[in-house]
Amino acid sequence: MRVTRESELADVVREATGPLQSIGGGTRPVGQGGGTALQVAISGISLYEPGALTLIAGAGTPLRVIEDAVAAEGQRLPFEPAAWNALLGTTGESTIGGVVAANVSGPRRIQAGACRDSLIGVRFVDGTGAVVKNGGRVMKNVTGYDLVKLMAGSWGTLGVLSEVAFKLLPAAPAQATLVMDVPLAQAAKVLSQALGSQFDTSGAGWLPGVGVIVRLEGLADSVAYRAGKLAEVLAAYAPKILRDEGAALWRDLAEVKPLQGARGDLWRFSVKPSEGPEIAARLGGKVVLDWGGGLVWARVAEGTDARALAAPYTGHATCLSGAFAAFEPEPAPVAALSRGLRARFDPKGLFNPGKMG
Amino acid sequence: MDMPVPSTTVLAQKTRIVKALRKVLPRDAVIDDPAETRAYECDALSAYRCAPLAVVLPRTTAEVAAALKLCHEIGVPVVPRGAGTSLAGGSMPSADAVVLGLARMNRVLEVDFDNRFIRVEAGRTNLSVTGAIEAQGWFYAPDPSSQLACAIAGNIGMNSGGAHCLKYGVTTNNLMGVTLVTMQGEVVEIGGPYCDAGGLDLLGVICGSEGQLGVVTEATLRILRQPEGARPVLIGYASNEVAGACVADIIRAGILPVAIEFMDRPCIEATEAFCHAGYPDCEALLIVECEGSAAEIAEQLGLIRQIAARHNPVEFREAQSADEAKRIWLGRKSAFGAMGQKGDYMCLDGTIPVSSLPQVLRRIGEISQEFGLEVGNVFHAGDGNMHPLIIYNANEPGQQELCERMGAEILKLCVEAGGCLTGEHGVGLEKRDLMEVQFAPEDLEAQMRVKDVFDPAWLLNAAKVFPLHVSAARRG
Ligand SMILES: Cc1cc2nc3c(=O)[nH]c(=O)nc-3n(C[C@H](O)[C@H](O)[C@H](O)COP(=O)(O)OP(=O)(O)OC[C@H]3O[C@@H](n4cnc5c(N)ncnc54)[C@H](O)[C@@H]3O)c2cc1C
Repeated sequence: MRVTRESELADVVREATGPLQSIGGGTRPVGQGGGTALQVAISGISLYEPGALTLIAGAGTPLRVIEDAVAAEGQRLPFEPAAWNALLGTTGESTIGGVVAANVSGPRRIQAGACRDSLIGVRFVDGTGAVVKNGGRVMKNVTGYDLVKLMAGSWGTLGVLSEVAFKLLPAAPAQATLVMDVPLAQAAKVLSQALGSQFDTSGAGWLPGVGVIVRLEGLADSVAYRAGKLAEVLAAYAPKILRDEGAALWRDLAEVKPLQGARGDLWRFSVKPSEGPEIAARLGGKVVLDWGGGLVWARVAEGTDARALAAPYTGHATCLSGAFAAFEPEPAPVAALSRGLRARFDPKGLFNPGKMG
Repeated sequence: MDMPVPSTTVLAQKTRIVKALRKVLPRDAVIDDPAETRAYECDALSAYRCAPLAVVLPRTTAEVAAALKLCHEIGVPVVPRGAGTSLAGGSMPSADAVVLGLARMNRVLEVDFDNRFIRVEAGRTNLSVTGAIEAQGWFYAPDPSSQLACAIAGNIGMNSGGAHCLKYGVTTNNLMGVTLVTMQGEVVEIGGPYCDAGGLDLLGVICGSEGQLGVVTEATLRILRQPEGARPVLIGYASNEVAGACVADIIRAGILPVAIEFMDRPCIEATEAFCHAGYPDCEALLIVECEGSAAEIAEQLGLIRQIAARHNPVEFREAQSADEAKRIWLGRKSAFGAMGQKGDYMCLDGTIPVSSLPQVLRRIGEISQEFGLEVGNVFHAGDGNMHPLIIYNANEPGQQELCERMGAEILKLCVEAGGCLTGEHGVGLEKRDLMEVQFAPEDLEAQMRVKDVFDPAWLLNAAKVFPLHVSAARRG
């Protein structure tokens, strides 16, 4: 089934008698359960005000369309969402609603926040078929509860998104990347030194075969100044400074290039940053670190319980491909609250049942 | 503003309730003497007052849990309270409620510079969070003007913002985890020193839930390195329109100042009379602050100077020293106090799309004429968060109501312009009855369902946020 208007979506939900599996472009099929496929093709940018740094679009709008539109005005989505097609071997086209449902955020997450931090408004259809709006199109809004955050990263289990609104940022005119040939075991120290500096880093990760990479963005003089200063702080690791040619490294990191096409189950750990490299070492195999060490991507042998292998860790793990529960089992009181919310928003149990617990 | 009739059953049991509370809490943690409970009868929306049944001031999460469990069993309403600086009546009690104050829970529990977070008890004041780490060169970014007094608990309750949130975001963007005690007395850990939720983003909905979902006792907060320096400029314009256009151009140019503050003529005049900051005689004034090293600041200010010049400012003043920087901020920081010299004031906080700033300011001027009450505007222009201050005389019969009607008119205008009722102060009691201007019944229903899950008995601060007739069936 494919819907192109919100009212149509509401009708489908109201009349549904069995589970529905909402999909955007079908590019991030994590923890997918059964049910009738419901493709949300409500597409198009309905409002874009560059002077107010705000954009509203249908949930089915391709991510690429939005990125092109804002780039034409010298702006960008702050949270740097990346396509996972090559990583997950999917062929569809990522939609902005899918990005929100999965709360996808790239390397700039550590500076500009996650997708949920830039999301300022949503419209969605709940499990009774009612259209609900929350937030709006202004950057500061504390009117009523913040269901915007709740919808981000809910993987379609609370409602089906029809429209999303964002605050944008000006694209940085200049960038620089510091590259340091540092082994995984030493990465934590280098990353925390970089992130703990005064020089406002907008990315910090570790790529196999490359080492630690740290990014600075902003006005040209400022970037040059900060890159020089940070290189002094990290002098012990002999940093090389790349200009625009460093951009490719950040695309590799965002799209997790080293793990693309490889065999094995794919996992993702969001943890206390200083724990990242140790967890990565315990997991073995191919790993990539983002978010200053706080995000560990790993390919492990098929059927490995990576949670058990990585333990102990402060955070949570997602199994993106493999036979394990996709989402980290929650402590009983948290699980009870989450279950309660799902039961209220989706009383008939229509939306991606079983996906998140 | 209507409040539900206090429960006579609860009122009648006061002695028993206080006795039971004293059994589970240390003696000095329970206050029931009317002379002392009066100190908790209002918050900063002081036109509304009501002394509570009792006040409890626990020192630990376990004590908070014990008090809540007991109140839940007996069916006593609870109003969580940080420092009581809410401008929306968020922490105002009802006669049948126990106020649960976090004031005694103010310790720093953990500082971790490697992982860039601090964990504190939620009663700690906002400014003293930065106070605990500034010697090492770090700070906690959200900075409400009330930061000397307000507590992290209340910041989380209201999802508070500050002057520097254009760059650093508001509370929710800097909050990593909480310890929450539910009304049933269950202690729940949500989030922690890592990114994003593993399941549903409960933290996101707890932040800004105005004390209605649970009592936050501890918080993990993101901390940042202090920038090398910061410097403000002051730009004066002959009209609000032109100042508004300058703000939009600065944003479009790709410069991201940490703050863009706006004051209109009534506010400029009031602050001049009050603290002699030396502001120019003009219709609209912008304060723009940039951060970084001296060279980086110069780069940004150079661009801002060019943009400002295109709009023919009546004055462009760069701070050349720390002392001049202070003077530029002086008037802005004393704006509320200065307006307060003119009489009582009501501070609104609607947000509008920045593009509609000039029209909305013009219309506010007209509304001010229609109602015959003076209004001054001082606000965060970069994000469209307005703060119209309406001046009135609370002692003159009818003026309070007149002022509230005028305030409602302005907030409706904000919503019509595509904005919202409140950008950072919260709904509380003050904007409760306007919620239907912004939200359809289904929108409010969806929000109330969240409260159904966290607080099925609707005992926590239940008379706030949702219009009473909308929440009536749930409040029982
Ligand atoms: C002069 C002045 C200037 C101000 N400037 C700003 C500003 O710049 N930006 C801004 O955003 N606000 C501002 N405010 C408003 C106010 O200071 C903020 O809303 C602040 O966060 C309230 O904190 P508090 O500790 O005083 O909370 P309280 O007033 O005690 O409580 C606020 C809300 O939080 C709830 N709450 C309190 N403690 C808890 C808890 N432990 N768990 C769950 N919920 C709880 C309460 O029930 C209530 O609903 C200003 C106020 C004044 C008086």
